[in-house]
Formats: sequence, C-alpha cells, structure tokens
Amino acid sequence: MSGPRRDPDMVRPYVRTQGRIRAREDVRLESVVIAATGPTDTLGPDARRVMRLFAGADGGLAVADIAAALELPPSTVRILVSSLMDSGHLSSPVAAIDDQPDFDLLQEVLRGLRSLV
Amino acid sequence: MDFAPLSDRADRTDRTDESTGAEGADRADRSVTYVPATVTRSAKIVVAGGFGVGKTTLIGSVSEVRPLRMEEPITQASAGVDDLRGTPHKTTTTVAMDFGRIHMAGGRIALYLFGLPGQSRFQPLWEDLAEGALGCLVLADTRDLDASHDALGLLDSAGIPYAVAINTFPGSPSYPEAELREALALDPATPLTYCDARDRTSSLHALITLTEYLSEHRSAALLESRR
Ligand SMILES: Nc1nc2c(ncn2[C@@H]2O[C@H](COP(=O)(O)OP(=O)(O)OP(=O)(O)O)[C@@H](O)[C@H]2O)c(=O)[nH]1
Ligand SMILES: [Mg+2]
Repeated sequence: MSGPRRDPDMVRPYVRTQGRIRAREDVRLESVVIAATGPTDTLGPDARRVMRLFAGADGGLAVADIAAALELPPSTVRILVSSLMDSGHLSSPVAAIDDQPDFDLLQEVLRGLRSLV
Repeated sequence: MDFAPLSDRADRTDRTDESTGAEGADRADRSVTYVPATVTRSAKIVVAGGFGVGKTTLIGSVSEVRPLRMEEPITQASAGVDDLRGTPHKTTTTVAMDFGRIHMAGGRIALYLFGLPGQSRFQPLWEDLAEGALGCLVLADTRDLDASHDALGLLDSAGIPYAVAINTFPGSPSYPEAELREALALDPATPLTYCDARDRTSSLHALITLTEYLSEHRSAALLESRR
C-alpha cells in the first residue's frame, strides 16, 4: 500500500480528534475561543489538555496560543478546537452574528497601529 | 546589477529528523497570556521572508505579550528514494513559527502577527495557516534579494496582498528604489519601505504602510466589484 493513507500526518489528527479530520473554516490560527461548560470525561487526552488550559482563565486563547502552550502542531489544534466547538466545550467570544464587515476591521487595525507610534 | 545570494547560508529554522511518529511524554504546559475578555474580534498579519531576515525580531519588537512559538511537523516524501520494501522514504521537517499579539480598539481587537517561513516548499503550510490574513509584510535584505522570491511567489499564488520592507543590515548594499522593484518584480502599486526590525516604531511604521495599502486595495476592490 502506498499514498496518503500511510502518511502519519494524515492519520494522527484523525485519531487525536475522534473523528474530525478537517478544521472548521472559521477556526483559524488567530481565532479566539473561550471555555463554555460541559463534562470533559468523554474527551480524548489532547482535548482534555486544551480544556485544562482554560481552567480558572479569565479570558480566551487563540488557536495559536493553545498550540504554543501545549506544544501541539497548529493544524492539529485547529481540528481539536473545531471539535470542542461542535461539542459546546468551547465557544467564540464574538456574537453569533458578525455584523462588522471586514473593511471596518481593517480600519480599526489601521487606527490601532497608528495610535501606537 | 548583481544580486548574488550569500554563500551557503545555513538553514537555521529547520530540523530534519527521520519520521518516527513517537510522542514525547506530556510536557508541562508553557505559560501563556490569556486574551482579555474584552476582545471580540481577532485579525492576522503574516510576516514573511527568507532565513534570518528579521521576522522574529520584528514580531518581538511590536508584540505586547511575550512572543510564542509553534511547531508544525511537515512530512515530505523524498523523491527517487526507494528501499527494499518499496516504501517511499519520508522525512519530517519541523517548521517553527513565532507569533506575537497587539491589543487595540479599546481592547476589542487582538491583532496576531505570525512569522511564516517564506520557502516555497512550505506551500501547504501557507494555504493552511495564512488563510484569512489581512495581508503580509515581506521582509527583505539587499544582500540576498533572491531569498524573497519564494515568499512573493507564495503570496501571489495565494492572492494575499503584501508590502515589502527592506531591513538594513551592516554591509547591506543600497540600491535605487526602481532597481529594487525590478529585482523583486514588484507590482507598481505594492508598497516598498525600509525598516529596522529591532526598533518598535520603525516596525510599526512598516505595518502601518502595509495596512494603509490594504485599506486602499480593499476600497479599490470594492469599487471594482460595483462596476
Ligand atoms: N541591523 C539589523 N539587524 C537585524 C534586523 N532585523 C533583525 N536583525 C538581526 O538579524 C538576526 C536575525 O534576525 P531574526 O529576527 O532571528 O530573523 P528571522 O527572520 O526570524 O530568522 P529565521 O527565523 O531563522 O528565518 C538577529 O541577530 C537580529 O538581531 C534589522 O532590521 N537590522
Ligand atoms: Mg525566526
């Protein structure tokens, strides 16, 4: 047998995340998530490590922050976070309706950077 | 004009190991700064460029939290290598990416800055990680302008808008802007600026140049789509 089925990088995230093989499109490196509630005893070890990071936290973490803190590949963390959002363990701090168009975000970033110099 | 690459520049980011798939023992979690609860939006700017061009330095200069590092193992089949079992020979290259964060708009926005290696062999990584970026700041060094070509090619093919900032190192030759643009094959609209990545204000100015361009670029695209 040959090809991608043998590729450890194809296999590992699948095993680690109990089914999800692809991240949600809205879960990117910079996406910030906050902890919701829910029992964690059915979660896999890596998912539990993610949830443990949020214990007692008074803020959120981006996918990249989680990857750095847990020393896991960011591609794996995107998938883990996607699953944990599906199961309601994590949620986005943004209201479900994102009413701010991208253009405003860019303007805010520009204003923000200018205010720093 | 001659843009000879530096001879035998060491590949300082990558570690190449035989792929083992072995998992290390659970290590202690590294300390991380939580995103303030006021943050409702996040955004990403990518900082790219060849080896040693100043990506990590620039991110460290502007970040409000201690920059962190992620590592993505990427598996690559080595072409033409065949053993007795007929299994393709695989190596795992660990790609290190550092990142920092700036909070703005009264704490409502977290701007993440990611340093991504600009080598074209990391294209799959780029597709995965650069998606959704506002834009990219490409750092270049006039001692080795060719080192920027891969990053520029990745950005062009991913359709990510970018600005180029020349970092001046001791001994970096200076060229007229027109020659630099030609050597880098820049679109006339692409901003070309200078920066000292070690200096916070200088680095912020490079990011502002990029963001101003992104905002014009976006207005132009909006007008275009309304025609
Ligand atoms: N003179 C000068 N030195 C710089 C500048 N930016 C970075 N350096 C120095 O160049 C060296 C390499 O900078 P890094 O920030 O590690 O470069 P990098 O792009 O992250 O390098 P890799 O991750 O190894 O590809 C460091 O010693 C920096 O202090 C600059 O704008 N001017
Ligand atoms: Mg670096």
